[in-house]
Amino acid sequence: MELICPAGTPAAFREAVDAGANAVYCGFRDETNARNFPGLNFSRDELREAIAYARRHGTQTFVALNTFMRAGDEEIWYRAAADAVALKADALILADFGLMAHVAEHYPQQRLHVSVQASASNVDAINFLVDAFHAKRVVLPRTLTIADIARIAPQIRCEIEVFVFGGLCVMAEGRCSLSSYATGKSPNMNGVCSPASHVRYRQEGKELVSELGDYTINRFPAGEAAGYPTLCKGRFDIADSPAYAFEDPVSLDVMSEIDALSAAGVSALKIEGRQRGKAYVAEVVSTLKKALSASPAQRTALLTRLRGLSEGQKTTSGAYEKRWR
Amino acid sequence: MSHHGTSPSLTMGPVYYLWDGPKWRDFHFRIADEAPVDRVVIGETVCSKRQHFIEPHLAEVIERLEAAGKTVVLSTLSLVTLERENRQIRELVADSEHMIEANDLSALGLLNGKPHDIGPLVNVYNAPTARLLASRGATRICLPPELPFTSVETIVADAPGIAFEVFAFGRMPLAISARCAHARSKGKIKDNCQFVCGDDPDGLPVKTLDRQSFLVLNGVQTVSHTCQALLGELVDLAACGVSALRLSPQDCDMVAIAGLYRAVLDGMLGADEAIVQLRDIYPAAPLSNGFHHAREGAAWVARARDIAHGGA
Repeated sequence: MELICPAGTPAAFREAVDAGANAVYCGFRDETNARNFPGLNFSRDELREAIAYARRHGTQTFVALNTFMRAGDEEIWYRAAADAVALKADALILADFGLMAHVAEHYPQQRLHVSVQASASNVDAINFLVDAFHAKRVVLPRTLTIADIARIAPQIRCEIEVFVFGGLCVMAEGRCSLSSYATGKSPNMNGVCSPASHVRYRQEGKELVSELGDYTINRFPAGEAAGYPTLCKGRFDIADSPAYAFEDPVSLDVMSEIDALSAAGVSALKIEGRQRGKAYVAEVVSTLKKALSASPAQRTALLTRLRGLSEGQKTTSGAYEKRWR
Repeated sequence: MSHHGTSPSLTMGPVYYLWDGPKWRDFHFRIADEAPVDRVVIGETVCSKRQHFIEPHLAEVIERLEAAGKTVVLSTLSLVTLERENRQIRELVADSEHMIEANDLSALGLLNGKPHDIGPLVNVYNAPTARLLASRGATRICLPPELPFTSVETIVADAPGIAFEVFAFGRMPLAISARCAHARSKGKIKDNCQFVCGDDPDGLPVKTLDRQSFLVLNGVQTVSHTCQALLGELVDLAACGVSALRLSPQDCDMVAIAGLYRAVLDGMLGADEAIVQLRDIYPAAPLSNGFHHAREGAAWVARARDIAHGGA
């Protein structure tokens, strides 16, 4: 199975290549991709150099253009697609049907991958995208169990890529407006979720309060580690009992299931984290690369070492395991 | 001033919540008999486990609505992951004599070449996407609630030949998950949920730890605490060529809500007075129109005209 690794900066990109990534995915420094964070992503020149570096090392480059085109400003996305094609990206990762149609028509030779943001969660949905836009690979939403994936794989006419490590969307990806409900900025339209520009922390007595827009997302008593106020991982009151209503502050780790994922028909394993630093990328990529070819016992030891890097140091296998529902 | 003929019509959206069979049936009977809506979208849209609650009543509801001259549209599930869910949509597409409203990509694929509608849970953010869907058979698109008016205007202008609807009343669908937060909040998981979402016919409030009303759970779906209320915006929406306004059922007098929107569209009632009456008919939720004005969705933007009035 291929290992698909994130890069938010040219430095992280080189680390991922050096650590043995089969492919690195990245985006332009604008709203055309779903990690449109300050200080992240690539200029055209940086991407040209990155792709050349990757090619010299036998690594592929995937370019994510996975936000939805703003009405009237489609040219921004079309230009990004044209530039990525001209720079010889190995694949474009797309979510918007209008953009998929544009790429399929104007660049029929360009390899097209379906972003997780497109929310293609079943056989008929995936085959629609293969038939309509000649998609070669689908990144599955984090809504399926491994058994679901095994059932879907033989019925579709493209490759499967799944997220195995890093941040975890609780909601079906590309279909969530929680962030824009609270802040006016959303993954689909702006490439951001729970943006830092709308985050505030304030001390109230012994508690640290985290806020997103006008809303309290969590309160941390003294001694409890305070996390980032990602909306769906906040603590809320339902019928007067406070709890993590949607999901605890955990991250995804299903590397212990890679044999099952392989048997289910998965071609590529994806690591989340374009917002992460180069040291994180280097550590995670090299460890997971080793884990892929290690014996089960060695693999367990390698994966244990990685736990410390995970958000809140707590992990989940998410929807891949049926009880999560 | 009345603009009948060019004035937008009203569509009653599908009931997103789990109402028991008789409540669901009686709601639609009353809509058939009394509400000034042209189209009614019916069918379970949120969770396939709920289907059996409405199935025994589908035929009589369709009959009553059609006898009253309403166009009936069948809604598909918005998140499809199981084989039986796939099968159900395939059968619906193969057998239905009614127009189908697609709410996920599988329905979009299966409906290729047949006239169909697109629901607000499909991501249509621009005119090229609308035109692509039209080339495959879509004749009507209800745009996602997240869209600002500037996008609505541009899409309607650049995708001629398609009827566009805008989500004008109701708690806004914001997210859907494989996990059921509603069941989870009552100590269950999705697979043994015992239909606890049926205890909350208008959803289960999620408050912040500072007691701010924030979101509402509806099974696997999360909706806004605020109620979308585009009333002061109807003149602009009609002028830009929107064909219909969608009213999303809440547990309140939806006949009165429909009457209110119709009266504003017909120029019989001012928007300001309608907003006052709407708060009275559905007091459970504060009103919002932030998405329409390119603000946070929970925001309420008072009309410039109101402010001008206040200052005059």
